[in-house]
Formats: sequence, C-alpha cells, structure tokens
Amino acid sequence: MRIFTAAIAMASGLIVLLGYLYPLEMLTQIRGTLTDWAIIIAGVAVLVGVLNLIFVQLEKIRSRQKNSIYGVLLIVSLLGTFGLGLVLGPGNQYVQLAVDAVIVPVEASLMAILAVTLVYASIRLLRRRADVMTVIFLLMAVIILVAVMPTPIGPIPGDWLILQFAGMFSRGGARGLLSGIALGTLLTSLRVLFGIDRPYGGN
Amino acid sequence: MLAFGLVIFSAILLIAFIYLRRKSPAVFRRIEAYERLNRLVGLAVENGTRLHISLGRGNLFTSRSGSALAALAMLRRLAERTSVSDRPPIVTSGDAALSILSQDTLQAGYRAAGAEDQYRVSTGRLTGLTPFAFAAGTIPITRDELVSANVLLGDFGAEAALLADAADREDANLIAASDNLSAQSILYASAQDPLIGEELFASGAYIGAGVSHDASLQVQDILRWLVILAILVGSFLKLMRFI
Repeated sequence: MRIFTAAIAMASGLIVLLGYLYPLEMLTQIRGTLTDWAIIIAGVAVLVGVLNLIFVQLEKIRSRQKNSIYGVLLIVSLLGTFGLGLVLGPGNQYVQLAVDAVIVPVEASLMAILAVTLVYASIRLLRRRADVMTVIFLLMAVIILVAVMPTPIGPIPGDWLILQFAGMFSRGGARGLLSGIALGTLLTSLRVLFGIDRPYGGN
Repeated sequence: MLAFGLVIFSAILLIAFIYLRRKSPAVFRRIEAYERLNRLVGLAVENGTRLHISLGRGNLFTSRSGSALAALAMLRRLAERTSVSDRPPIVTSGDAALSILSQDTLQAGYRAAGAEDQYRVSTGRLTGLTPFAFAAGTIPITRDELVSANVLLGDFGAEAALLADAADREDANLIAASDNLSAQSILYASAQDPLIGEELFASGAYIGAGVSHDASLQVQDILRWLVILAILVGSFLKLMRFI
C-alpha cells in the first residue's frame, strides 16, 4: 500500500511538473484534472481541520483543562456561524455581520498589538544579542523609519538619498535571501518527487 | 528550457551526492540554532515537558509549500526522537491540508520508532485559517501546555512576532525560521538564534534526517555558487556591453 501511494504521488508530481515545463495539449489537460482533484481534496481538508479543532476543544472541556471556557465559546460561535451560513447563505447581512463586527475588529486589534510587540522586541534585541550585526540592523531600521515617516515639517532633507542608499543594500540582500529560498524549495521538492521524503505517510 | 535544465541538473547532482554521502558522511558548518534544537529535544524528553512545533501557513498549492515540506521532514525526525517522551510534541499549522499532513507525519514518526500506540490525533492541530486567527489559536498552546521549546519553521508572516512574544513571556526557548522576508526580519529581532534565508531548508541535515538531506544541502550549496558565478559573469558582460 505504501509503495502504491508513493507511486501515485510521484507520478502525479511528475505529470504536473512536465505539464508546467512543456505545455503540450495532453499534459496540460491531465495537469488541469489533477489540480482540480487536489483543490477538491483541499476543500474537504478544511472541513476535516475544523472537525479536528472541535475535537481538540471538546477534549479540553472534557478534561477541564485551564481556560477551557474559551473552548466552549469557540465551539458555540463556530457552530452558530456555520449553521447561519448554511441556512441564510454566506452573502446574508447577518452572516456578514459576524465578519464585519467580530473578525475584522479582532484582527485589527491584533495588528495594533503587533506594532507594539515589534517595538518592544527591537528594544530588547540589544540586551539579547549585542553584536555588530544587531547594531547595524537596528541602525538601518531607525534610519529607514526616519526617512519614510511623516513629520510636521514635511519630508526631511535628503530622505530620497537615504532611501536610495539603504534600498540598494536591502534590495540586494532580499534578492540573495530569495535565491537561497528558491534553491531550498527546488531541492525539497525534488526529494518529495523522488519519494525520498513522503509527507503523505508513505514512510 | 533553462528551468527544465536546472531541474534535471539538480536531480542528477542530488542522486550523485546521495550515493557519495552513503560512503562518507558530510561535514557542515556550525549553526547555533540547530545545535540548541538538538539539545532542547533531549531536554524536553528528560524533564517531561513538550515541544511545540509550528509549521506555519504554507499552502501546498503555492510556491510557499517548499518551506512547509521542509518543516514536515524535520517534524518526521523530531517525532521519532521524542516518541519515548510522556508528553508528545504538539504540532500546529494554519492550513488545513498541512494540518492533515502533520498528523500523518507524526504517526509515521511514531510508527518508525515502534511507538505507534503513543500517537494521539489531537497533537496535530489546525489553529486558524487566517494569519491572526492562526496566531491567536497557537499562543494558548505555548502558555497552557507545558511547552519548554517552540520551533517555528515554515511559512509565517508578521504574525510570527506574536508567537515569538508569547514564547518570550513564558520563558520558553524559540527556534524560528520562515521563507517570508518580513517574518525573517521580525524573527531576527525576536529569536535568540535566528535562522536566515535558506538555513530553514537545512533543518533535516542538522537534526539527522538522513543522507538525502545531507546531499540536498550540498547540492543547494553548489547551486548557490553557480548562481553567484552567473551573477558575476552577467554583471561583467553587461559592464563590457557584451549583452
């Protein structure tokens, strides 16, 4: 069975890759069909994931773990929103309200917390790791912030020079990092394609 | 044609290096974060605490899937090594398909270690489908589940700052790497030993996931040198107005 699943995964991967590199009519059609199947499976995976989330929260509630009250709240909200969505449809104004009045404000609040967290992390960075690279990192962050932030006197003199100069290094660095990540992705994909790594439970 | 050539060339190099590495083991430079991870795994098993491994939100249908697959390979090895622990590691992700794969990988790791009965389906969790929902669902695990070390490896965005802060508040260790540039800069400021760029993909080789990971890392190094060479030659030719 394991060899069978590995063979299916490898064959599918190779067909999709070949269909991408050589867009022949037949390969493109098979590639499209395989991708459609994968999208359907991914849709079902969301339902399985949500069931897993409910299961984990129920276990927390059953074993009376710390803060399990939040689990109750999560399950009630989840089932309520899901039920309303099924009955009234996702475009209904009350269902939309769950998004506009709950999810958007909560995520906006987390975004605000994130800004404070980042400032705090930067302040603590020197205490955690006081080396040359840390000083350069913080210095560049401050210089760029000064150059881009709005001031009561308008743009600070020479801001374009700062952005050009700092941008030259940051763009180069970013491209280097992205090249490395692309190569890493290529090799990881090849390992999966050859069946060396089998994240689908094959080994 | 160039893309196809690169894939074929990389594949041949990978196969050749796997063969070579079976005969002589590879020697890599020291990466502090992975050395600490190896220590933390042993420590968590010994003192009865948990590892929290977060695989991020890497969707398998996008180019972000590479980091998720690399994280799954690392998870496979960590599951095997911690299978003797009383408290199994908890794995969180922000993508449904990745969450199912994480459960499958955990089970495979336990099976390989001969401890399949220790596997619990609740240890592989989907904690949220949007970046902040994922962070909000993951933070309580760091706080409430007796976690001694957090390993964040995969596709994270700015929400990584919230996860790093939660680990910091609980005084838990943090090993973190992302394929996202914003998250990398955030983690550089938040983590004790940040992993930069392609170091994320070196996790398998550094935690002993096998010769294929060692070979993969060496091929990556060769390809990087070739890219550097191509950039230098290209720049020179451009400077000389040949292209």
